[in-house]
Amino acid sequence: MREIYTAYCSRFAFVLLTFAMLSVQVLHAQGGADPAAGKKLFTANCASCHKLDRKLIGPPLRSIAQQRSREWLHKWIHNNAALRDSGDRDALAIFEEYNGQIMTAFPQLSDQQIDDIIAYTSQPAAQPAAVGAANATATSGTSVPNTGISATAFNLILLTITALLLLIVILLTKVLKMVYGMKYEGRLRELEKQKAARKRLDFVEFFEKYTPGFVFFGLLFFVVAMYGAWVYLIAIDVNTGYEPIQPIAFSHEIHAGENKIDCQYCHSSAKHSKTAGIPSANVCMNCHRYIAEGPKTGTREIAKIYKAVGWDPEEQAYIPNYKPKPIKWVKIHNLPDFVYFSHAQHVVVGQIACQTCHGPVETMDTVYQYSKLTMGWCIDCHRATAVQMKGNPYYEKIHEQLAAKYGVKKVTEAMMGGLECGRCHY
Amino acid sequence: MASAKKYWKGFGDLTSEPDSEAIKTREFPTAIPIDPFLNGDGKAYGAQASRRDFLKWTGFSTAAAALAACEGPVVNAIPYVVKPDELNPGVADYYASTVYDGHDFSSVLVKTREGRPIKLQPNTSSGHYAYPNTRVQASLLSLYDIDGLKEPLIAGRAATWAQVDKRVRRDLDAATAAGQKIVLLTAPVISPTFSLLWKQFKQKYPSAEWVAYNPVSNNGAVAAYQAVYGHTALPGYDFTKADVVVSVAADFLGDWFGGDHSRDYALRRNPNQAMSRHFQLESNLSLTGANADYRIPIKPSEQAQAVAQIYRAIVLGQQTRDPRIRAAIEALKKAGPAGLLVSGTNDGDVQLLVDAVNRKLPSRAYRPEAPVYLKAVTDDPVKGLISDMKDGRVGVLLSHRVNPVYNDPDSSAFVAALKNVKTFVSFDRKRDETASLAHVNAISHHPMERWGDANPKIGFYTLQQPTIRPLFQSRQMEDSLIAWMGGVLEGVDAALANDSMATYIPPVTECKLTFHDLLKKNWTENILKGDSTWFSALRAGYYERADALGPVSPTDVDLSSALTRAENRYAKTGKIELQLYSKIGMGAGAQADNPWLQEFPDPLTRATWDNYLTISKKQADELGLKNWRDSKGARNGDRVNLSVKGRTVKNVPVLITAGQAYGSVGLAFGYGREKVGKAAFIDGKPIGVNAFQLYVDRDAIQTEVQIEKADGVHGFALTQLYDTMMGRGESIVKETTAQIYNRGKSDKSRYNPSEKLLTIDGKQPVSKVDMWAARDRSLGPWFNLSIDLNACTGCGACVIACHAENNVPVVGRDEVRRFRDMHWLRIDRYYATDMSYERAESEGRSEGRAFFRALEQPEENPEVVFQPVMCQHCNHAPCETVCPVAATSHGIQGQNQMIYNRCVGTRYCANNCPYKVRRFNWFQYAENDAFDFHMNDDLGRMVLNPDVVVRSRGVMEKCSLCIQMTQAAILKAKREKRPLRDADLSTACATACATGALVFGDINDENSEVHQLHDAEKNKRKYYLLEAVGTQPNVFYNLKVRNKTE
Repeated sequence: MREIYTAYCSRFAFVLLTFAMLSVQVLHAQGGADPAAGKKLFTANCASCHKLDRKLIGPPLRSIAQQRSREWLHKWIHNNAALRDSGDRDALAIFEEYNGQIMTAFPQLSDQQIDDIIAYTSQPAAQPAAVGAANATATSGTSVPNTGISATAFNLILLTITALLLLIVILLTKVLKMVYGMKYEGRLRELEKQKAARKRLDFVEFFEKYTPGFVFFGLLFFVVAMYGAWVYLIAIDVNTGYEPIQPIAFSHEIHAGENKIDCQYCHSSAKHSKTAGIPSANVCMNCHRYIAEGPKTGTREIAKIYKAVGWDPEEQAYIPNYKPKPIKWVKIHNLPDFVYFSHAQHVVVGQIACQTCHGPVETMDTVYQYSKLTMGWCIDCHRATAVQMKGNPYYEKIHEQLAAKYGVKKVTEAMMGGLECGRCHY
Repeated sequence: MASAKKYWKGFGDLTSEPDSEAIKTREFPTAIPIDPFLNGDGKAYGAQASRRDFLKWTGFSTAAAALAACEGPVVNAIPYVVKPDELNPGVADYYASTVYDGHDFSSVLVKTREGRPIKLQPNTSSGHYAYPNTRVQASLLSLYDIDGLKEPLIAGRAATWAQVDKRVRRDLDAATAAGQKIVLLTAPVISPTFSLLWKQFKQKYPSAEWVAYNPVSNNGAVAAYQAVYGHTALPGYDFTKADVVVSVAADFLGDWFGGDHSRDYALRRNPNQAMSRHFQLESNLSLTGANADYRIPIKPSEQAQAVAQIYRAIVLGQQTRDPRIRAAIEALKKAGPAGLLVSGTNDGDVQLLVDAVNRKLPSRAYRPEAPVYLKAVTDDPVKGLISDMKDGRVGVLLSHRVNPVYNDPDSSAFVAALKNVKTFVSFDRKRDETASLAHVNAISHHPMERWGDANPKIGFYTLQQPTIRPLFQSRQMEDSLIAWMGGVLEGVDAALANDSMATYIPPVTECKLTFHDLLKKNWTENILKGDSTWFSALRAGYYERADALGPVSPTDVDLSSALTRAENRYAKTGKIELQLYSKIGMGAGAQADNPWLQEFPDPLTRATWDNYLTISKKQADELGLKNWRDSKGARNGDRVNLSVKGRTVKNVPVLITAGQAYGSVGLAFGYGREKVGKAAFIDGKPIGVNAFQLYVDRDAIQTEVQIEKADGVHGFALTQLYDTMMGRGESIVKETTAQIYNRGKSDKSRYNPSEKLLTIDGKQPVSKVDMWAARDRSLGPWFNLSIDLNACTGCGACVIACHAENNVPVVGRDEVRRFRDMHWLRIDRYYATDMSYERAESEGRSEGRAFFRALEQPEENPEVVFQPVMCQHCNHAPCETVCPVAATSHGIQGQNQMIYNRCVGTRYCANNCPYKVRRFNWFQYAENDAFDFHMNDDLGRMVLNPDVVVRSRGVMEKCSLCIQMTQAAILKAKREKRPLRDADLSTACATACATGALVFGDINDENSEVHQLHDAEKNKRKYYLLEAVGTQPNVFYNLKVRNKTE
């Protein structure tokens, strides 16, 4: 009996739901509401407190039209205080549920605009976006150096080389056959006899005959080999292109690129300290308290921040007495311990853009090492870059002295002693 | 006329032992160890390792190195989860606090990096106790002490705080019920809030008693003050008001009455202003005696008589019999109110006479109305304690910051009596002689981890705040007491108490109230009283207010009987008497396991890692005791057995020292520790001998002394023998007398003649004879360091500051003995002598080596000069020109830079340095079990300064003029968009100097202090070390002026 009742109920609910959906469709048709316009309005006005599928400061709004009547929603949005004052039970209930949080009134929104928003909220939820397989194992700290050549291209080159080699072998065999196939077999045998007799002298003669060639090629080989060794050795521990997988698939492209967040909002110690600093998780939470979902990875990566700080996205609250779990990032830009490099010096005093050394970070989905970070690279810049003296009284006297000494207007860091060992090594 | 004195560095020079000549001509006195490569007969052929082996190993190591270098390791960066607002990684924060460990007191600024304290600096705004001495600065290392206890123990086993509380409360209740005493045995506690807490503790446990004692007694002075002024305190002194200081064995630049007189004293040692005149009567050559204008060596037993004679002369107006002290008395009489008499004799009657003399003068510098509470405890309570314990009248003994088993002269009696105490609770974190006997070890915080306050002198209060979370499971002593009181504090509202500052240090127990709450309440209500706020006081670290004792009305005491008693105090004199003393680097030995302090060279003997019997040359000859050099150039000495009143200390090494009064020997406290951290031991044996065993009746003067020669040889580790200066004394240390200086102020040539070189054009000033192009110092700042030999007292605070700032490694006694010490800054000590060519000629000793020997002939009582020497940052640096890889070069700010990562360790630079200030890393001193000091464990390495590289094996290192500090100062000015100011610039040594002897700055800045000093027209005392060498250093000295008549 009970089962039948349940089944009946659910069927009834289904019918009701379908009906409701239909009515919404009808509503759309009636008002000519535009979900696209509604999305814009929603983002501009509602998104700071509401999400579609999740509680934020206010309740989730997906399919709100099924829970409240259109008239009620219009009244509430235009002036929710008046609605509450009128003693509306639903209005008071929702007000209580959200701890007396007062919602901003939107008298400026027209009925049409509100309908647009409702239309937007009434769209069915999309399936979560497919997640790139590359990010699946985002916890290990192994390095994947960027070689600059894709695997297919590499294979293609290999194939070509193999084919060429094959061709050469075939050709050579043919030529040899031709030579041996000639009629001078007797002469050949004789020659071989003579050859055997002079076997050792042969090479000496050959060498003597072609000495300049030998010397030339020998020297050439030596120079090329030395150059190769030089290039190889000098590149040891130069990790340009180093692009490790980070514990959180954080995208600078989204944050610095699309959302145009200033670098120093997160890397705030760059202006105070020698280290630029990796932002602590509480800085992430300034925004991610409200943004629980990313465009590429959904909630998976952001949940890792929540796990670090102990934030419960369901309850919208910090878990009391939570033991924080620090995030173990992989350091990309590694200077040796005997180098003292100050970000504050370069960012604040030198007014150098972050991108000068770190490259177009705003386009990097995962950050890689852009510059060589070798001493030569530092020195080159110190030789070429003008010191930002304007408006800094520290330099007033020094600038006069330098300009007089070198008879130039542009003063580089090198002139200020920026090539001295002791500036960076102590 | 410039002073014709000659200086010598040690007895090795005097006697010119065969090796000393050879050593002078060598760069490093020891030969380079190549034995393993030779075949025993000195030949390389036929050695065990063949050429093939060599090639194999070379090939292998090259390949291994190449392989290892190819792949960089993965480096992680772990940021804060929630970053504290006030902290930026990479930027130092400073907190004002107080260091007081029961022995040494100072108001300090704690430099912290990423939440860990890395250096203790002077809290210069504070008017008193602002400059931490060597021991206070080094006490930071004990925070990161790996050998200490890390959790509370019950019966030697790890326990929880709940278990400890249960156990101790049970025993406290049992003792109360049984009518037994509960005794808290501490070092002197000067915390006003603790006194408040103790009152409440007594309410809960009425049988509680608080016994405080000083390991090195001040009993006499405290008793005298008590008798005259009715308070338990020590009189205050203001040395800035003293024109004449007569000190009878008072080491007031050292430990005397808790110290803090150096700065005031040095203010009056400036020869350009009214300079004070200082007479010192003493037996051991002390730091204070070394700085005196007139030093009169007397036997220890004569100290009391000397004071008595001064009393007779000044107060009773009698004639002085003793010609030695007549000059001092005349000067004191003449000075009247500007005179001051101080005495270090630990005798109540003597101190009564001192008080009477100062009141008679009446001395402006003597301020009994401004008493000092630091170390003001008498010995009586602790004497009673042992008998109480013995008779079972003590139920619970609580001990804090004391170590009677080590430093009580009757320690065996203490240990025996301890058996009758039911529960012995120790709060000490060190596993020392006393704490290891405790039933319960309720470990307390380090001064860097705790809340606290102090009232070292009247009207002056300091605060102590935590600068790091407790590293271990410790709980500060006061919080333990609160927990045992049941967690209730009278007058403190629990609801108010829970403020944010307290939550920084989570209490280990459930009880909500902590000492911090009581502290805050006491300060707001009773100390600040609305004149200042809690947070501003906390920020400053101290609070000063005009407290007064009220009108000081001295009680009449029977001075005539005091005089009689004082004169007969040491009536029974001995042929040889013993004067016990504390070294500036070790004090009473609470920090004997501190490697910085062990390796700190004593300012006078220049010995590290030791205590020893100091003895005069004459006495040693009489007793047949010798010091000599071993084949490697290090100093060896005989050993003796030393007996006092039936107590014997065996195998005391003998070090012959100049200035030791004939008929006396000296021995320092603080060594011979049996149980403490590993740095107090070498090869498992305690370093030095325990002088407290001879501290009979807590009297530092012992007249019944027997010395007998013992077997064996002791090897000293002295830091001042290997770098002799080839007899060029006059261009190393210059000095004159006030009379000559004042008479010839305008004419420098009379006392500070510039050196001249003989050229083809006749004698020319050194500056004219130059083969190098002059440095262009017109650009930006040009750094100079000025060192005033008059202000330098030789205390060595700069040496420890340099260690802490620059990560200077500790190398241990063996390495110091091999002249491989790593101090970037050394304080050379020179003795003076009056030997001249004429005198030598008349004595027939003017030929060849005999003349040099004669030149360096010691006086019995030599004058002493301290000279801090670090890299001189020469403009024409001899080291720079010889480096094959250009690892040392000159900067455009004047600093001679040393680039460790470029150095390949040829040591040409050290060879070519005329000042011998370069130090070579013979080994890797960090993370090396052979050098098991703080840099060998993760905890100890937390003290390292992250801005300075830890040098590796095989590189040369030296003073950088704290380039990391100057660069930081310049960056700060640039960021704040303003010119560099004088106040921005300093070095670690100049910051730490209490007397202002070291002044660092930019000579191109006309407003800087160092600019004035650098100007030879204005500063006639300026001279360069070994000017004739032509190195043109950026460090210059100001010659010493002694306030003497010719």
